[in-house]
Amino acid sequence: MTDTPTGSSDRRGADGAAAYDAIVVGGGHNGLINAAYLAKEGLRTLVLERNPLVGGAAITEECLPGFSFTTFSYALSLLRPEIIHELDLVRHGFMPLMMPSSFHPTGDGDYLLLGDDHDQNVQEVRRHSRRDADAYSRYHHDLDRVVQAVRPLFDSAPPDVFGSDGTAGAGFGPDLEWVRKHLGGVERRVMHDVVRLLTGSASDWLEDYFEHPAVAGYHASSSIIGSKVGPMSPGSGLVLLFHKMGEHDGHLGSWAFHKGGNGGFTQVLARAAQAFGAEVRLEAPVTAVLTAAGRVTGVALEDGTELRAPVVVSALDPRRTFLELVDPREMPGEVVDDVRRMKFRGVSAKVNFALDGLPTFPALPDTVDHFGGFLNIGPTVEYVERAFDAAKYGWYSERPFIDAAVQSVVDPDMAPPGKHVMSCFVQYAPYQLRGSDWDTERQRFGDTAQAVLEEHFPGFGDLVLHREVVTPVDIEARTGLTEGNIFAGEFLAPQMYLFRPSPAASRYATPLAGYYQCGSGTHPGGCVIGSPGRFAAQRVLHDLRRDP
Amino acid sequence: MIRTTPFHERLSELNTQGLYTHWQGFLSPLRYTHAPKHEYFAVRNSVGVFDTSPLFKYRLTGPDSSRLLEGALTRDIRRCAPGQAQYTLWCDDGGFVMEDGVVFRHGEEEFLLTAARPNLAWFADLAQGLAVDLEDVSDDFGVLAVQGPRSRQVLEALAPEVGALGYFEHTSAKVASSAVTLSRTGYTGDVGYELTVPAADALDVLDAVLEAGQGHGLRPFGEEALMVLRIEAGLPLIDVEWTNSRLAWSDAERVTPTELGMGWMLRGVPEGDRAFVGRDALRREAEQRSSRWTTVGIVVDWQHWDRLHREAGLLPAKEAHPLPYESALYDAAAGGTQVGYMTSFTYSPVLQRHIGLARVRPDLAQAGTELHVETVVNHTNTTVRAHTARLPLFNPPRKTARP
Repeated sequence: MTDTPTGSSDRRGADGAAAYDAIVVGGGHNGLINAAYLAKEGLRTLVLERNPLVGGAAITEECLPGFSFTTFSYALSLLRPEIIHELDLVRHGFMPLMMPSSFHPTGDGDYLLLGDDHDQNVQEVRRHSRRDADAYSRYHHDLDRVVQAVRPLFDSAPPDVFGSDGTAGAGFGPDLEWVRKHLGGVERRVMHDVVRLLTGSASDWLEDYFEHPAVAGYHASSSIIGSKVGPMSPGSGLVLLFHKMGEHDGHLGSWAFHKGGNGGFTQVLARAAQAFGAEVRLEAPVTAVLTAAGRVTGVALEDGTELRAPVVVSALDPRRTFLELVDPREMPGEVVDDVRRMKFRGVSAKVNFALDGLPTFPALPDTVDHFGGFLNIGPTVEYVERAFDAAKYGWYSERPFIDAAVQSVVDPDMAPPGKHVMSCFVQYAPYQLRGSDWDTERQRFGDTAQAVLEEHFPGFGDLVLHREVVTPVDIEARTGLTEGNIFAGEFLAPQMYLFRPSPAASRYATPLAGYYQCGSGTHPGGCVIGSPGRFAAQRVLHDLRRDP
Repeated sequence: MIRTTPFHERLSELNTQGLYTHWQGFLSPLRYTHAPKHEYFAVRNSVGVFDTSPLFKYRLTGPDSSRLLEGALTRDIRRCAPGQAQYTLWCDDGGFVMEDGVVFRHGEEEFLLTAARPNLAWFADLAQGLAVDLEDVSDDFGVLAVQGPRSRQVLEALAPEVGALGYFEHTSAKVASSAVTLSRTGYTGDVGYELTVPAADALDVLDAVLEAGQGHGLRPFGEEALMVLRIEAGLPLIDVEWTNSRLAWSDAERVTPTELGMGWMLRGVPEGDRAFVGRDALRREAEQRSSRWTTVGIVVDWQHWDRLHREAGLLPAKEAHPLPYESALYDAAAGGTQVGYMTSFTYSPVLQRHIGLARVRPDLAQAGTELHVETVVNHTNTTVRAHTARLPLFNPPRKTARP
């Protein structure tokens, strides 16, 4: 990917330090979206990115000539449609390539191949279980109803239930009365399902519908992504629901590869932000947020430069935002405490492959179309739960769950003709290993993942031209995500909505005047949604209007 | 008895759906896979092939062939040099559009004209007394469209000549040892080519194209994908955007070239000396500014669309399917009056908007004019806000870029 050109000249303030209206710390997708909205409203906005390219965890890198790797984040679904339109992203190259299929080997040589045609999907499910055939339609309808019930909350800032904003935030976002009214309008049964999903396990929810272990296993896979839960753990229902919140082209829970990978998407965001007038500076790590008299005054860079702005927005995760960029002593102890006890336990790794050709699934020797979307390697609920077991005790799965994608099948620009890139999201890989460390285990872990692929795609190893193993420690080191947690804070009920990242700071402002947060550690959370960036911009603008 | 095209034998092997429509008496796939949107993205992101063989094809040769076309076609064939092609219309005496097609000029006295419907008799009548040999060669050729950003790269491996072709240029070439015409033409609004292939060689040429496309994401696409592509590209379709004037029942069904958005074809007509069918009426229309409609693009207000559906408890539909009937357009005033009608409507994945092709009163045609589009939500007629926009709505520079 090409780097985003950086802005040219500093804007010098009276005291000689560069002056901006707002500085965004971190050029991940939320930072860029936040900056684009602020710049669109006329604020002189600067994005400071530590790495040589924007994108944070959504980057595309050419590890081998001609092979584009989505090093970390690899697919798009939850991005809110408002952002596409409000930031005019189509003009800047926004292009989500719909995944035509989803492929789930059932572990016995057979498979479940689901696509874009509901009736054919029903027949495919029916091939495995006649009983599950109609359950499949009901399952999706019931889940869609839950999505519709929670969506208004997902798509608005949390109300100030605890009065933590004082009067400053009055009028920002909906109030509690609005929430009560909305929830009051949700059908009883749907509300019951909401609670069952938000508090229960995915496997409890799934067993009400599916009898076939592989059919249930397929649907369970999204219940564990990025989270230290197994499908049988309470809380996995929430993760499952979260991954269904996407609304790509009007289809709930459908996924796409952005043209050029998710790094292609963040390049689009950078272009949009710059078109609105934001400046993006690369290789500019921020070491501290500067304050005076209880207010933000700017930031200090690693090279000693100080940049002035009355508004600083942190796109980093809550640990960095509250404990590293500022002196925790400047924050109320309650917030510091909340953030300290917030769970960030990364359990996900990536193993990315450059391949000499397409892998072969023996039951489908001559077709390509099963490689059009996610390849879900986690045949049954039990398989995935067993993969989780090791993580509880500080070790990685010997037979991991893998969410793989051969993006070059849908986007041939990702690899030379006839060659392919394969992104594998592998779980479980706990950040903290007991009795060893990731430098020691990195390649063995890669072998473990590759062995599972070999099981399903015999001869896989012969195709491997290059392998990149990205452990939670690498994720943390390269993206700054604490403990390699891909969501910037786990998806646990007490870490969502009113409580994300702290019940005392869930509305994008912080107790420090002029200091804001726009990362995935705020509501509605991780994945490439963009809402944290958007809501935080709305909050900044709201406060500026109140108190210019 | 339904017919099949020269490519059918192979393409039907690639069709996993068995879902066909009928196109002028030929089987034509609606889609090849369960995911027509994926076929659509092949054209917008890599390369897709479409079997466009059911088009009628007429060969015109002889010293007066240019004269015949000068007098028959709305667009001036004298501006089309050998090696070039023109998208064109032909009208009746009233200046109403009969049909459209593409004319390929192979030499000073040799042309090939494609048409969506049979037209031999109409041209033959006009050819009376002229030294023209007019021949229906529809069944002699298959036509394979190879469209999308990778189309040039794929075809260059078979016929390097393709690399030099500008927009609407063509050349003869050898593909799989068959003599074909390679043209930079198509119906997708993207960079793309068409191969006009002797029917007997169709499978060999197709196999060569399919093989060359390996590793480039090539896939065949059907009519469902084509409809989205052509609406994005602002390309009208006979019997959808208009009715052949000679077969219409009333003037309300008829359109003039200007009303169809093809006024640009009439460059030089008011002051020029070329006599052609419909000229006087078209001159009158220009002089008196009597066009009833202007063809525009429609872009639906996404917020309003979503709100209308969400308030009704529905998921806002974003489906790429063409409109089954015309919908009325109203002006933005409260209780608005009808000011036009939309002929085609779809969700556009690349534009992320619902879009349409429409005809509006000329005074409302300026891009950005707010209109209301008739739609149905929960069995109830309502309207959704939209604005007019210049066509084509999707127009990537690669479509016409010089090689």
